[in-house]
Amino acid sequence: MLHMTKEKIHIENLEVSIGKEHILKNINCTIPEKKITVILGPSGCGKTTLLKSMNRLTDLYSDVKINGKIELNGKNIYNGISDINDLRRKMGLLSQRPAPLPMNIFNNVAYGLKISGRRKKRYLRLRVEHYLKQANLWDEVKDRLYSPANSLSIGQQQRLCLARGLAVDPELILADEPTSSLDPISSQAIENRLMELKNHYTIIVVTHALRQARRIADYIIFLYLGEIIEQCEASEFFNNPKNEITKAYLRGSFN
Amino acid sequence: MKNSKYRKNEEKIFIMLMQASCGIILLIMGLILLTILRKGIPAFSWEILTSVPKGGFYFGGEGGILNAIIGSIYLAMGATFIALIISLPTALFLNVHLRKYRKLQNAIRLFIDILWGIPSVVYGSFAFTIMIYFGLRASLIAGILTVAVFIAPIMIRSMDETLKTVPLILYEAATSLGSTKFEISYKVFFKQCIPGMVTAILLSFGRAIGDAASVLFTTGFTDNIPKSLTQPAATLPLSIFFQLTSPIPEVRERAYAAALILTIIILLISITGRGISLRYMNNQIK
Ligand SMILES: Nc1ncnc2c1ncn2[C@@H]1O[C@H](COP(=O)(O)OP(=O)(O)OP(=O)(O)O)[C@@H](O)[C@H]1O
Ligand SMILES: [Mg+2]
Repeated sequence: MLHMTKEKIHIENLEVSIGKEHILKNINCTIPEKKITVILGPSGCGKTTLLKSMNRLTDLYSDVKINGKIELNGKNIYNGISDINDLRRKMGLLSQRPAPLPMNIFNNVAYGLKISGRRKKRYLRLRVEHYLKQANLWDEVKDRLYSPANSLSIGQQQRLCLARGLAVDPELILADEPTSSLDPISSQAIENRLMELKNHYTIIVVTHALRQARRIADYIIFLYLGEIIEQCEASEFFNNPKNEITKAYLRGSFN
Repeated sequence: MKNSKYRKNEEKIFIMLMQASCGIILLIMGLILLTILRKGIPAFSWEILTSVPKGGFYFGGEGGILNAIIGSIYLAMGATFIALIISLPTALFLNVHLRKYRKLQNAIRLFIDILWGIPSVVYGSFAFTIMIYFGLRASLIAGILTVAVFIAPIMIRSMDETLKTVPLILYEAATSLGSTKFEISYKVFFKQCIPGMVTAILLSFGRAIGDAASVLFTTGFTDNIPKSLTQPAATLPLSIFFQLTSPIPEVRERAYAAALILTIIILLISITGRGISLRYMNNQIK
């Protein structure tokens, strides 16, 4: 199946070190378009680092050294990128803990539109409504659009962050353990959304929950101690793992 | 393991210590306020508030300290405004643009802390030296600039302390939405920190209006209300000083009325500021 879909991201010989620590080693992988790719692996293996190097959030850290190539739509993002903010706008980020901006619900979603110069009230209202609906939050907040975003529950905040990320019209959604701070029902809501959104977006989800990976993954990248141990389609990964470490991980021998 | 009785007593002692410390602070504040009120209210009059010194004012004659009230307000507002223009971008730059350059950040913080520690009289004399070099007279603008330089480190570091508390995930969220550093500074960091910013501005305003040493040579003193920035101006701290050192008891008493007025101005400004920061408090992300 995989060979029929387009490559969205292509990573070649990626090496990332922070300070003296060599965190990602010789990463080579491909992220298929309009699928859910799950980056799986035990805590501390470098999942977050891999995800953040894709939209260059790693630029924010001190002492980061990156070598190798990450191509988005065939263009290396570490070389000859004219506008880094353009690059970042192509990827909506959903973090481990929701981080709404210090403003009201409406403005959180409108933020991305406003900074790219859209200011017409009517247009903003329509778009905000649209994205809140996409994130399955509209019905809960339509009567309180102008209350502060932090008055929402954590699960609602995470969906707000999803809506905010979608509002910049990205091509990818990068989600770093997006459900780890949520209750089961909110987690389900986020998972269901992601499953529907994959028809329009390329989605990368970091998780260390095997069951979540089973539920949502089309494609799996299994990281262990900074290296890719196995990458393949989800069905193959779970039913027919090749590597001994993968087998041990699936048996639950470590986590 | 310490036994539970020991730990309970430990807890009790520490609570008592903390209560005692709070009590002492409140007591001192109460005493100061009481002194100012007890001595200030009898000497207070409508005339003091609304007129400038007439001939012989400093020997117990008629008049008031309107010159110093207006002068101090002009001076403190001007200085706070200029300090704000310098401090806000500096503090934001330090926390947003230099976020990953820890060593540079710490060097700059150390440098500003040193500036904070320099006594205001040194700023005053430094400014005075420059004024003599260029042949300038004491004036409102010279005072405003001197005080602005003297309170800027206070404002920068107070803003810096609140900006430091902005969580990294908020920075990452704003960055990943494609914000420029400028947008992150003013649309996210600033908004998140409005209450702290207001406190920083109030603190600096308080220092500006209350300082005597930095305005002594730079602003001068006059019985008139300044009509332009190039004229000298009176200030409340100096007015208090001149009256309090007088040998005449009536004049000394009026010093307390001036102190009362100064305290009320600071109180009013603080209350307004609190009001502003409370309005923005509920948008903050914890
Ligand atoms: N800013 C940093 N400075 C130094 N080391 C870091 C930094 N960020 C991450 N690391 C190290 O890099 C390694 C990988 O971290 P990363 O956050 O990518 O792991 P992870 O797979 O996302 O783990 P988890 O599942 O716990 O979130 C860890 O050993 C971590 O200590
Ligand atoms: Mg992580």
